[in-house]
Amino acid sequence: MAQVAPEVKVAEEPLLKVRGLDKHFGPVQALSKVDLDLPAGQVTGLCGDNGAGKSVLTKCIAGIHQPDAGQIFWEGRPVEIRSARDASRLGIETVYQDLALADNLDIVQNMFLGRERVRRGFLDEDEMERAAAATLASLRVTTVRSIRQPVATLSGGQRQSVAVAKAVMWNSKLVILDEPTAALGVMQTQMVLDLVKRLRDHGVAVMVISHNLNDVFEVADRIAVLYLGRMVAQDKASAFDRQSVVEYMTTGTVGRAPVET
Amino acid sequence: MEGPEQPPDPTAAPTAEPEMPPEVVAQSLGEYLRSWMVRARSGENRVLPVVAGLIMITVVFEIISPHHVFLSAGNLVNLFQQSAVFMVLAMAESFALLLGEIDLSVGYVAAVGGVIGVQLVQPATTNWPWWAAIIVALLACALIGALQGTLVARFKLPSFVVTLAGLLIFNGLMLLLLLLGPFSGYPSLSGRSTNLHVLYNLMWGNIDPVASWVAMAVIVAGLSFLMWRRDSRRRRSGLVAPPASVTVVKIAALAIVSVAVVAICNINRANIGVVEGVPWVIPIVLAVVGAWSLLLQRTRYGRYVYAIGGNAEAARRAGVDVAMVRTVAFVLCSFTAGIGGLLYASYLGGMSNNVNGGQLVLFAVAAAVIGGTSLFGGRGRMMDGLLGGLVIGGIYNGMYLLGLQVQWEFIVTGFVLLAAIAIDALSRREATRATA
Repeated sequence: MAQVAPEVKVAEEPLLKVRGLDKHFGPVQALSKVDLDLPAGQVTGLCGDNGAGKSVLTKCIAGIHQPDAGQIFWEGRPVEIRSARDASRLGIETVYQDLALADNLDIVQNMFLGRERVRRGFLDEDEMERAAAATLASLRVTTVRSIRQPVATLSGGQRQSVAVAKAVMWNSKLVILDEPTAALGVMQTQMVLDLVKRLRDHGVAVMVISHNLNDVFEVADRIAVLYLGRMVAQDKASAFDRQSVVEYMTTGTVGRAPVET
Repeated sequence: MEGPEQPPDPTAAPTAEPEMPPEVVAQSLGEYLRSWMVRARSGENRVLPVVAGLIMITVVFEIISPHHVFLSAGNLVNLFQQSAVFMVLAMAESFALLLGEIDLSVGYVAAVGGVIGVQLVQPATTNWPWWAAIIVALLACALIGALQGTLVARFKLPSFVVTLAGLLIFNGLMLLLLLLGPFSGYPSLSGRSTNLHVLYNLMWGNIDPVASWVAMAVIVAGLSFLMWRRDSRRRRSGLVAPPASVTVVKIAALAIVSVAVVAICNINRANIGVVEGVPWVIPIVLAVVGAWSLLLQRTRYGRYVYAIGGNAEAARRAGVDVAMVRTVAFVLCSFTAGIGGLLYASYLGGMSNNVNGGQLVLFAVAAAVIGGTSLFGGRGRMMDGLLGGLVIGGIYNGMYLLGLQVQWEFIVTGFVLLAAIAIDALSRREATRATA
């Protein structure tokens, strides 16, 4: 018990709490009795092999799928998230790999897409540009040459940074990143991971879904592992090593003493 | 707060450079021009090729046309009148192209609008006032757009097929409408009624020379003031803005072009008697350009059109009502086609079953693409339709002056279109390479 005490002190009540979530598609049980805690100001790495249920779980939280059973608690209150709009109203933003940005629009236009500021019927470009610049500066996304350049001219890491900044801009309390470093080079990956750490430092709850255990171990404060739709392990990152995470991902259990779930 | 200008990223892909819009990076007039040229060479800048094309057309036809008549005032005004229909139809088509869709029906939708307008003002039958006829013609076109747009956006039918069916259906509808009334298929705009005159004058009426000067001065002064105020406000607050010298050059260019157009139009272009002044069709076309540019560049709706053309999935995830934006785009497309149709009816002095809407739509798409609008969606402006329409009108006009038959016009226009689409595809390849 002594070793989990600090975590309990930091977050008595996790920002988002999932209890007993079930989801099946026809005869396929995609999630079964899944529990998950996402505390504020911490990065949770969600691991699992292909088909383990990572994206189904994410979509249940993001409002795209409706769970068949179980309950989601937001700031301690039970909530039903019926649509992506519901999710963003609560403060949940999901960044999907490479689906979030329109190449032909510039950074400001992308960051405000769907929530443009309007004055007297016309777009308030000056105000949007100022707000976008402030957000990017606060996250220290400073490598872009100009926030008026089309997203098509950005590198992969910069695009991912803009997508994350876009999610943060709306006072999000929980940001879900789906494979944020897939297809990125070493430096670009580092840029995104640093950004994830800054989000955490801003008090945001972050869930990172990743195949790359190096990335997970670098940023995650907590790690959760799904295996065939079941949550087989969930604890702070220091309770795992690479070997044990891989074993949980591939066999659902680990040879040594099982970690509390 | 930090300014938007940030130190360059050493890890950024260098191939991205040529695509940077000049207004974003340039600090001086020289840099602005250089970055503009770089973009032009990589196929990213779409204005330069079409302006170069226009200059080439002008020089070639001026040299080889009999008596060097191409640049005469009469011919230049005539050229604009011939181009006006292509321009407006290209702008109509732009709404579909920006979404990455296509509307093959604009030619016959325009024809239907034109026929409705001409039929309703016939003194022998309905004798409606001109304004009511115009409103009903445009509303009918908008309704057509709403139907086609609903099929594309809500029922997810491919726009190519929906509007191909539309092309046939509205060809038939045009012929049916032509048969109404005692005109044996050729309702005309010649006659004594004011309503006939107004429709005829959309294309052929002229504004008094003095009034032309005054109106031009007011419009140019107003636009210059707005441009200067906007750019200097953005410079002051440290937002991305072109340097002051670039703003001055833009305003000067606007003034020079405007003065030249009015001066040319105010030269007497009749062989006998007096025909002078700016034809009404010029302010009509400019009003369409202005209104639709404002809608596309400065409103939420316009932003969503570009977003859907660039990445429909991203727009959907951002909460944009994609089906609604698509449907409305088809309404605007057909509505604008209706304006083009009324201008065409005016140009022809009536409507007849010789109107070839299939050819009109091909010229509309060609004009938009030649002007720089991408066939792949998300890129293009209303000005592109205007410039591309001028290119097509210029070729048409020049070939006519040379006494060449229509077949040569088709062949030359076809090659120009091929060149334009090659530039479009090239710049698209550059863009994908930069992000890869």
